[in-house]
Amino acid sequence: MIRRVAAAVAARPVTSVIVFFAIFPFIVPHTSLATQVLTYGLLALGFNLLYGYTGLLSFGHAAYFGLGAYGTGMALAKLKLASIWGAMGIGVAAAVLGGLVAGFLCLRRRGIYFAMLTLAFSQLLYFIAFHLADWTGGDDGLRGIPLLPLGLPGFSVSLRTPFAFYCFTFVVVSLAVAALKRILDSPFGAVLQAIRENPERAAACGYDVNRIKLASFVFSAFFTGLAGALEALRLTVVPVEALYWSTSGQIVIMTLLGGAGTFFGPFVGALTFLVLEERLSRLIEWWPIVVGAIFMTFVLFLPRGIWGTLLARIAPARG
Amino acid sequence: MFDITFAALAAQVFTGLVLGGILVLMAVGLSLIFGLMTVVNFSHGALYMLGAYVAFTFLGLTKSFWLTLILAPLVVGTLGLLIQRFLIRRLYGRSPDDPLLLTFGLSLVLVESVKVVWGKVGLTVDPPRDLAGAVNLGFMNFPVYRLFVVAVTAVVLIGLWLFLEKTNVGLIIRAGTRDPLMVRALGVDLGRIWLLVFGLGVGLAGLAGVLAGPMRGVYAEMGVEIIIECFVVVVVGGMGSLPGAIVAGLLIGEIVSLTTFFAPKLAEIVVFLVMAAVLLIRPSGLFGEAGLAE
Repeated sequence: MIRRVAAAVAARPVTSVIVFFAIFPFIVPHTSLATQVLTYGLLALGFNLLYGYTGLLSFGHAAYFGLGAYGTGMALAKLKLASIWGAMGIGVAAAVLGGLVAGFLCLRRRGIYFAMLTLAFSQLLYFIAFHLADWTGGDDGLRGIPLLPLGLPGFSVSLRTPFAFYCFTFVVVSLAVAALKRILDSPFGAVLQAIRENPERAAACGYDVNRIKLASFVFSAFFTGLAGALEALRLTVVPVEALYWSTSGQIVIMTLLGGAGTFFGPFVGALTFLVLEERLSRLIEWWPIVVGAIFMTFVLFLPRGIWGTLLARIAPARG
Repeated sequence: MFDITFAALAAQVFTGLVLGGILVLMAVGLSLIFGLMTVVNFSHGALYMLGAYVAFTFLGLTKSFWLTLILAPLVVGTLGLLIQRFLIRRLYGRSPDDPLLLTFGLSLVLVESVKVVWGKVGLTVDPPRDLAGAVNLGFMNFPVYRLFVVAVTAVVLIGLWLFLEKTNVGLIIRAGTRDPLMVRALGVDLGRIWLLVFGLGVGLAGLAGVLAGPMRGVYAEMGVEIIIECFVVVVVGGMGSLPGAIVAGLLIGEIVSLTTFFAPKLAEIVVFLVMAAVLLIRPSGLFGEAGLAE
């Protein structure tokens, strides 16, 4: 039964995401958890494009999440922009620009340096946000983000109820998932995976490996920034911790728990992580120890993650 | 423009030297481990923090700073041996990202465990009585303990250099860094060398933690703060290069210390700007050879 469902999901990932998240808010205890799973799933999805599909481990994805969140939040709270779409556009643009600059610099070193460099750049942004308190609210976080009605052609919708906001997030994430699927299925997506498997060979085939990696980095920053924009609207506040390295760590944990390099894995990981966090933090104060230990167990024994392991079981090694 | 005295500036330069010393002790271990086995030990900072906490407890038990200075790094180093033997070793042959991920998980566990054992509130450790007070350097007064930290760093680095250059084991380590396959072909059991070097590097992190405790306080997040600075040191100096780790460690120490003096808000930021500049001008780092584990 599980196998058949998993096989069907793997065959039609976009439809499955849409169907699953159409039912999802009705089976979880509260809608805000459902919204959170969607947002964090998108976040992990953006990270997965870079790590799972291109083979580049970024330890600084908090940067693009934070840029998306601060960009959106500052557009609404400081620039008094009257459009949610415009604000989200500014947030995503900030993330893409940040990804372009940091990606260019970090890709000057390959391999293991890349992880350290991305981490360093995200910390740089964290300290900047921390000290530019006039603009970012500093340590208190960016407050006073108004949740404006969503402008659509001809009418506008209030997002004030949790369910309305869920629907909005659902639509945005579904579009993003479809876009990501399109990217992965394109020749560009195939080259990404070729680079992950064998960069030398991809280069020998005439691909400009570094430029394609940078493009992957920027696309990844785009999706991560979009998740940040949604998070700023959901919380109507941007805590400065959004940029802190621990956020990057959470992204890594979620993606690996679910299964890096699988399409549905990031959502499975986000769901697992958030449920685990919610349950455990009520029971024990030292729940991060448990999360850390589970993560270590996965790295050691289940490197494919929950979803990846399941997929490997359905389709035994071909050829 | 600035109303500063020579003495104040000199004090800041000395403070930078002390901070640089701690960074060098950390980065040397990190670099040694990486150079030999291409493992980036993310938990290096957490083990530094553990060194400071273990020292706090040992100081309470033994009342002897000198005994603690020897014992605490040994305890942390022994833990390093266990980590290498039972965790890192399982990842041989996998992507170099995997040990990084594993030790990241380990650092989460360590940081939270320390909070459970020693409490969430930071602790203060006094410098030992023998090293309390300040010494007059002629143009300024400087805390004796900080000079002691610089001295210990220098002694340890000289010892490490002698070990690597003058002993047979050191020879194997250097050879193993260059060409592990050839060293193995010559019949050397590199597994034991890797174990030893991991323990040594982690022990140095423990020592750095013990030394830093009385200056910077003992708190659970101290490791995370320093590991990111260490990554910058290693990127600037060139991973796997010991001279690189030393020069870059001292450089970053001075830069942080002097920016703290002139523009406190910029201190944390300037480190990363230096790193970005090095990346643009000399991507392989000041002393790095391109190609190592890339």
